[in-house]
Amino acid sequence: METKNIMIVGVGGQGSLLASKLLGHLLMEQGYDVKVSEVHGMSQRGGSVVTYVRYGDKVASPVIDKGEADYIVSFELLEAARWLSYLKPDGQIVTSTQQIDPMPVITGAAVYPENLVEKMRAAGAKVDALDCLALAEQAGSSKAVNIVLMGRLSHYFDLPEEAWQKSLEAMVPPKFLELNKKAFALGKNA
Amino acid sequence: MKQLMLGNAAVARGLYEAGCCVISSYPGTPSTEITEEAAKYDEIYCEWAPNEKVAMEVAFGACLAGKRSFCAMKHVGLNVAADPLFTMSYTGVNAGMVIGVADDAGMHSSQNEQDSRHHAIASKVPMLEPADSAEALEFAKLAYELSEEYDTPVLLKMCTRIAHSQSLVELSDRVVPETKAYEKNIAKYVMMPGNAKRRHPFVEERTRKLTEWAETAPINRVEMGGTKLGIITSSTSYQYVKEVFGDSVSVLKLGMVNPLPVKLIKEFAAKVDKLAVVEELDPIIEGHCRKLGLEVMGKDVLPLEDEFSQNLIAAKLGGTVHTGAALEDAIPPRPPVMCAGCPHRGLFYTLSKNKCTVLGDIGCYTLGAVAPLAAMDMTLCMGASVSAIHGFNKARGAETEGKTVAVIGDSTFMHSGMTGLANIAYNQSNSTVIILDNSITGMTGHQQNPTTGYNIKGDPAGKIDLEQLCKAMGFNRVRVVDPYDLKACDQAVKEELAADEPSVIISRRPCALLKYVKHEAPLAVDTAKCVGCKNCMKIGCPAISMKEGKAHVDNTLCVGCGVCEQLCGVKAFHSTKKEG
Repeated sequence: METKNIMIVGVGGQGSLLASKLLGHLLMEQGYDVKVSEVHGMSQRGGSVVTYVRYGDKVASPVIDKGEADYIVSFELLEAARWLSYLKPDGQIVTSTQQIDPMPVITGAAVYPENLVEKMRAAGAKVDALDCLALAEQAGSSKAVNIVLMGRLSHYFDLPEEAWQKSLEAMVPPKFLELNKKAFALGKNA
Repeated sequence: MKQLMLGNAAVARGLYEAGCCVISSYPGTPSTEITEEAAKYDEIYCEWAPNEKVAMEVAFGACLAGKRSFCAMKHVGLNVAADPLFTMSYTGVNAGMVIGVADDAGMHSSQNEQDSRHHAIASKVPMLEPADSAEALEFAKLAYELSEEYDTPVLLKMCTRIAHSQSLVELSDRVVPETKAYEKNIAKYVMMPGNAKRRHPFVEERTRKLTEWAETAPINRVEMGGTKLGIITSSTSYQYVKEVFGDSVSVLKLGMVNPLPVKLIKEFAAKVDKLAVVEELDPIIEGHCRKLGLEVMGKDVLPLEDEFSQNLIAAKLGGTVHTGAALEDAIPPRPPVMCAGCPHRGLFYTLSKNKCTVLGDIGCYTLGAVAPLAAMDMTLCMGASVSAIHGFNKARGAETEGKTVAVIGDSTFMHSGMTGLANIAYNQSNSTVIILDNSITGMTGHQQNPTTGYNIKGDPAGKIDLEQLCKAMGFNRVRVVDPYDLKACDQAVKEELAADEPSVIISRRPCALLKYVKHEAPLAVDTAKCVGCKNCMKIGCPAISMKEGKAHVDNTLCVGCGVCEQLCGVKAFHSTKKEG
C-alpha cells in the first residue's frame, strides 16, 4: 500500500500528543509500518505545532511535505488554514471551529482572517468543520477536544469501531476512559 | 514484539539492553527524553547534572570504574563538554562510554544550527548516526562494542527528526557485561604532557583502524538501484532520499559519519554515472569526497541552512515536487509565547516599564524578547547574561549600571551562571542579577535541578539555597520577590539598580504548568466598567484579547494569576470564583 499521511495541527498545549499516540497505536495494530513525528521544546509554548503520522507498507520520511497530506486534523481554524498547502488536491480537512488569537492578532499587528472554512472550500479543499470544544465540554471536559476530533476522523477510515475502541483503551488512563469514549462518540456522530 | 518508539526512547532502550549502568546528562531539546526514558529502567543509575561538562565527567568516572556509562546533551551542550571530550579521546575508556548528542537543524528549539560532526572530527572520536528508532537502538548497543574494542568514547548523533519521531523497534533482553577491573594506569589516565604525547600516536592509529572498520562495517550500506545517480547520505536525509527516489537511484547509506571510509566511497562512485552527497548542515561527507578527488554534487545545489525535506530533495536533484493550495489571506504567524500565568511575565513587564537594558539567557524566559514586552537586549548561550553584564558595566560604568540587569533561570544559573556571579563578586562591577526561580527546568519540559530539592526520579534530594549561595559569594544585597506582585517587583528593581553595590534579586514562583501548582479561578471582565484602554494588553498574556473594544479573558487559558488586574485603573477584572 502507498504511504498515507495524516497531519495533526494546532496550538501548543492543546493535546495533539495524545491524538498522535492513539493513531500510532491504531495503525500499528493494523499491521502497518508507522512513523509519527512530533515537536518538543520551545514551539510548544502556545506556538503553532504540527505532528505528522505516516503509515503504509514501508514508510521512509518521518515528515509530510506540501501537497502530500491525505488528512489534516486541526484543533484550531487558523492552523488548518496555515497548513492548507500541505493537503493533497483531493485531501480532507477535519477541523474544530475554535479560534485562538495568536499574539500578533492580540497586539493588533495582524488580523485573524474571516470565513476561513468557506475560503478553504473555495480553494478546493474538502472541509469538515465542527465545534469540537462544545462537544468536548458536553462529554465532560474541554480537554477532550483531541478525542472528539479522533472520533470525527474515524468517520473517514474503513476500520472497525472495535479497533478504535481498543486503541482508546490502550492509550487513555482508565479514570478518563469513559469521558473520552463519550467524546469519541460525540465527534463520530456529530 | 514490535513497538512504536520515539527515537530518544529507542536510544534509552539500547543503553538498557547494552547493560549501561550510569547515566548523567543535562536536559536540552532534542536530547532530553533519552535520559528521561532511561530513568524508567530501575537497573540504570540516572541523574541530571548541573551542566554537560559535569555530566560527561561523571560518565567518564563511571567508565573508568569499570561500568558502561552514558551522557546526553544537545549540540550546544557538546561545546560546554568539549574540554573533557578532547582529552578523553586520548585516555580512552575502561568500560565502554557513549555520548549522545542531538543536533537541531531548523532550530526548532535552539540558538544556533551547528553541526556536531565537527566535534567528532576535531576530537578524533568515532560518531554513529542512526536514521530511525530501530537504528537508534541498534547503534547505541554497537557504540559500546566499538568503545571497548577500540578504547575510545563513541559519539551517538541524533537530530530533531530522528530523536522526536516514533518508528517501529524490536526489543531484546538486557545483557550486563562483567564489570571491568579498575587498575591504576598513570600513563593512560593522567594526561600530563609527557603521557599525552605518548597517547597521541595511539589516537591517530585508532582512527586508521576505525577507518578500516568503516570500509566493511554493515552499518555503512550500499543499496544499488539505478546507476545514473548515486547518493551518499545518512540520518534523516537518507529517509528523504528514499522517499523521493526509492530504488531508482543507488544509495550509500552511512551509519558511521566519523571516520569516513575511503575505498567504499571510491568503489561506490565508480559504479554510478553521477555522484551526489545529501547531508543537512555542513558539507562534511562532501568535503571528504572532494579530498578523494571525486567529482560530487552537494552544497552547490543543496542549502547549508535548515532542515531538508522530500520536496527539497526532489526540487534540487530531479524528483517529483508536490504542491498544494493556498489562501490569498495573509495567515498571521503564531510564535511561541509565555503561557498564561507564567511567573516570568510580571517581572518582564517591570523591566519593560523601567526601560531596563536586559541581558538575557537561555530558557522559556527568552520569550521575554517577544512583543509586546520586548524586554530583552541579548541572548547568547547558557550563563552569558551574568558574565556579559559585568563586561557591559565595566565598559560604561555609571552610564549603564543604574539601568542594566541580567536575567537567568534557576537551572541555567546552576548550569553556568554561578561562575559569572563569582566574577562579579570578585571583580566588583555594580551589577544587578535577577534569578528567575520558577523551581524547575521549564523549557525542556520540567526537569529537576540542584535548586529544586528533587532528583530525576522525583525523590527528595540535596537542595542548593540560592540566597545562601549568593551571600556566601559576597553579595550583601540579596532579596526575593513574588513576580505576581507588580508593586513589589517595581520597588525591588528600582532599589537594586539604585544601590551602589552588586545585587541579586530572586524572582520566585513555580512554573504555572507544574502539576502541584494550584490555579485560581479564571478572571472575567466587567464590560460595563472596561473603558478599552488596553493597559492589560501590555503584558502580552495569551488569555487576554480585545473583543468589540473591550478586554476579554479566555477562561480556558486564564489561571487567575491577577497580573492584568493590577494594571486595570477601573477595576474591570473580577474573579469567577463562586462565593462560599
